[in-house]
Amino acid sequence: MCQYVIELTGLTKKYGNFTAVNDLNLQIRKGEIFGLLGPNGAGKSTTILMMLGLTEPTTGSVKVCNIDSTTHPIDVKRKVGYLPEDVGFYEDMTGIENLIYTAALNGIRKKEARAKAEQLLDRVGLLKEADKKAGKYSKGMRQRLGLADVLIKSPEVIILDEPTSGIDPAGVQEFMDLIRQLSREEGLTVLFSSHHLNQVRQVCDRVGLFGGGKLLAEIELTDLHKTEHGLDDIYNQYFGGGRSHE
Amino acid sequence: MGLTISIINISGEDAAMSNTNHPFWVIVNKEISDYVRSWRFIILIVIIALTCMGSLYTALTNIREAIKPNDPDGAFLFLKLFTVSDGTLPSFAVFISFLGPLLGISLGFDAINSEQNKGTLSRILSQPIHRDYLINAKFVAALTVIGIMLFMLGFLVMGFGLIAIGIPPTAEEFMRVIFFLLVSLFYVAFWLNLSIFFSIRFKQAATSALACVAIWLFFSVFYNMIINLVGKALSPSAWASDYQVIAYQRFMLNLLRFAPSELFNEATMTLLMPSVRSLGPLTMEQVHGAIPSPLPLGQSLLVVWPQLTGLIAATVVCFALSYVSFMRKEVRSR
Repeated sequence: MCQYVIELTGLTKKYGNFTAVNDLNLQIRKGEIFGLLGPNGAGKSTTILMMLGLTEPTTGSVKVCNIDSTTHPIDVKRKVGYLPEDVGFYEDMTGIENLIYTAALNGIRKKEARAKAEQLLDRVGLLKEADKKAGKYSKGMRQRLGLADVLIKSPEVIILDEPTSGIDPAGVQEFMDLIRQLSREEGLTVLFSSHHLNQVRQVCDRVGLFGGGKLLAEIELTDLHKTEHGLDDIYNQYFGGGRSHE
Repeated sequence: MGLTISIINISGEDAAMSNTNHPFWVIVNKEISDYVRSWRFIILIVIIALTCMGSLYTALTNIREAIKPNDPDGAFLFLKLFTVSDGTLPSFAVFISFLGPLLGISLGFDAINSEQNKGTLSRILSQPIHRDYLINAKFVAALTVIGIMLFMLGFLVMGFGLIAIGIPPTAEEFMRVIFFLLVSLFYVAFWLNLSIFFSIRFKQAATSALACVAIWLFFSVFYNMIINLVGKALSPSAWASDYQVIAYQRFMLNLLRFAPSELFNEATMTLLMPSVRSLGPLTMEQVHGAIPSPLPLGQSLLVVWPQLTGLIAATVVCFALSYVSFMRKEVRSR
């Protein structure tokens, strides 16, 4: 298929005078976990919205699996699962009903959808809570349900926008392991956006440092970076301040 | 954006998965079941059922006095069930014109912004569906619910009336009631679309509800006052010619017709009172020689055609506004 799953060329997004994303060029390879690391307001979410065709770029182009996201958002959304920051569910529906609804929107048959939803709920550890109303879920459970929701359409790419915000440390660890596992087993390409240096270091193969709407550096995370504080130094070099904000 | 593509896809997919529903109908199904289970719907249906029963009761107690010897509408006894009142409680038609907006507003005011605030909007829109499916489906779902409710109430009033007065409606009377219910549906659809537009425009559901209610109040209370003021300022002198007086009357009436409720009232009155021949001022010359007899249904419909067109146009304008603003909206999570 395509060598690069996600290709951004000269991507710019302006809100009035404010430039959120500035002439961004980025390629993400198939099967890798790419970390989008940067402080709040760096333009990470805006970039992700443009990848999904949820907002239009001012100039430049986004291609996901060789499909233009701006002109053919539906085809892109068939292949991409997106977990927004602080995902929400229909609160009067149970967890599994929410998943089946998403499956139905993706054109999956009801029987198949139920089987698949149960399997995914088991995978994210929510099978016991499957028939609980989504309104009663805790934040961490919601985020895990979100992951199941993303996976139910069998995507090729998953985009996670600050997926760990608001989960306790143990939950974060579990969540990160799950992502790593999924990516390896199913050959998924993962785009992981975060401002937590530690989390990015744990799971990602490659990291893009993001600041002021620009890609400041692209770093291959070798084992060296993972064990020592190589990434910290580079991060501090660009953004200054202390280590990660864990 | 990708309309042609979607058409190809729809036909292509239908063959492949005839067993599944189209995503659009999946959303409609879900929205309808949401509405029917919601508290607000139960409250609304109780209010409206009560008021309609009340108006039916007054109509039935006063229907005897309502029939006068030379009444051209006398032959249409059944229609009086919808229009007669003794002044203490309004008739069914007036109730609908008053409560219809409430119905439309309450089903639409949080259509989009509540999804945004719950964080479900970005999740739903990241599924492979066209963006307009969501608002179209919401509109279709709400309209289906309202339609079923209005027709149910209309038929209930007819049924009870039939039992109480024992005279069955003629085919024409029945058709007139059906058209009346259809016009009511358009009228409610206008308010529904307006409230959906505000739900896209305003982030807080409370703000959009308030904006809708403000417009409703403006048209039902203040608009008439303003028109009266304008009317006083513009009124022709006592020595003005007949022509001027008529022109002035026409002008005032047209100003009034900017209010959707006025259009609705004119349309329903003509449909439910077959003797209404014109909705504007008539000169003595025009009325001279006319026999005060009821119009056939087709002619009544012709009389109210401009009103109907106006109502539908207002509905379409609101829909177009919400469509455009929603398609270009940037969808962020919460």
